[in-house]
Amino acid sequence: MIHTTRVTAERIKQYLKEGKRFDGRKPENYRKIEIEKGISAHAEGSARVKIGKTEVIVGIKMSVGEPYPDSPDKGNLITTAELIPLSSPRIELGPPKFNSIEIGRLVDRMLRESGFIDFKGLCIKEGEKVWTLFVDIYSINDDGNLLDAAAIGAIIALFDTKIPKYDEESDKILYEEPTDEKLPLSKEFPLSITIHKIGDYFIVDPTKEEEDISETRVTIGGYEEIVSSMQKGMEKSLNIEEMLKVLEISKKVNQKLRKEIEKYI
Amino acid sequence: MNYLERKMSEFKRPDGRKVDETRKIIAKVGVVPNADGSAMFAFGKTVAIAAVYGPKNMHPQHEQNPKQGTLRCTYSMNSFSVQDRIRPGPSRRSMEISEITTWALSPVVMLKNFPNTVVDVHINILQADASTRCAGINAASMALAHAGIPMKDLVTSISIGKLDKQLVVDVNKKEEDWEEGEGATDIAMSFTGSGELTHIQLDGHISNEELKTAIELGRATCKKIYEIQKKALKEAVKIEEEEE
Repeated sequence: MIHTTRVTAERIKQYLKEGKRFDGRKPENYRKIEIEKGISAHAEGSARVKIGKTEVIVGIKMSVGEPYPDSPDKGNLITTAELIPLSSPRIELGPPKFNSIEIGRLVDRMLRESGFIDFKGLCIKEGEKVWTLFVDIYSINDDGNLLDAAAIGAIIALFDTKIPKYDEESDKILYEEPTDEKLPLSKEFPLSITIHKIGDYFIVDPTKEEEDISETRVTIGGYEEIVSSMQKGMEKSLNIEEMLKVLEISKKVNQKLRKEIEKYI
Repeated sequence: MNYLERKMSEFKRPDGRKVDETRKIIAKVGVVPNADGSAMFAFGKTVAIAAVYGPKNMHPQHEQNPKQGTLRCTYSMNSFSVQDRIRPGPSRRSMEISEITTWALSPVVMLKNFPNTVVDVHINILQADASTRCAGINAASMALAHAGIPMKDLVTSISIGKLDKQLVVDVNKKEEDWEEGEGATDIAMSFTGSGELTHIQLDGHISNEELKTAIELGRATCKKIYEIQKKALKEAVKIEEEEE
């Protein structure tokens, strides 16, 4: 198993003491973000997101199916993340590992809990037919922070989505004939921001090396003022003061990141 | 080649291409920074990327070969690469294509000096419009070269179709689903630069004579694609030199 060496780990920690990072960034800065949308001809919506050397692609597929019994007038959302071995020497072939399951679930909850998607608007016939949204995330190059990249990709791809024509009589989706109709999304979009703690210091958007030596992390999904989903990961605990600081950082970063992403919508 | 020449002018392909014309080809190396070598290859809307990791220790250990290294190719399609979403994860089809790809590339890869190791080639189809295995093999061959794996030659792959009675080069999805007349015959084949055939698959029905012509046509087209692959590899080296 490839892992960051102790020498590198020590150096990263030493740098953080001086408020610096390996690549010259400040603790609360993201690497350069590049976004492309409409990258896939067969997906209803798609996006490619690069954060530094990290790259993910996200595609949205839509199909028509039955609603769940407890939400007869609401569409469905299924989010999957595939961390493919192509994207890193650390990822082995085989069934999905915890990492990819967690990314899928966290992006799913960010989308669902934030109220970003109006699921009622995805209902075709109550109790019988609703749209199912598949948000599929693929890693292309993993250099840390796949999670936040995946979340941005999902948002952009959803905004990019055009609903295909659905013929109710034959129960067929005419994928060749996309309508101009967009998904029922709210104008304000949620973001997912993961804050890592290394030693006594907090950083966002870790590179792979930083991710390796991170002791604990908190992923916060939502808007500038509102937190709609959250999860702490890894073993080390936080005290209340630290948790409040995390929330403060998340708010600040959310504000800044939002401006950068807005122009792609 | 008379058969081919006679028919060439009469036939109209759905996208207006000449019968011996491929779609627009894009070839690029170095698309996955993490990998030891990587490449992208596109036939029009069919886009494949490949990344090479290795030689590295073979796991599981019982698959180690003490006489030479092992080449292991895996082919997978993105769930949204086609119109009807495919479930992520391996399928019978993708497992067969993985093996076929390994067989297509093995003859040129020289792993004698790397006993007990494996060279992993991961192929991912980002977008599919038929001929995905050919695009995958082309990308994989370039990625292996980019990774500096000792090779005798590159491998180049192309699909030849027979639509009704007409042979065409580089089949797209519309042509693959051709139903008029005799329907569609799809022949995927791969050649080394020196012209050895390392892979061929056929679905449909075709006479012996026509198949011979199809193979000749495939060989001629692969020669052209081979030059494109070579050019992309050379360009990558040039850029790296400039950066230094």
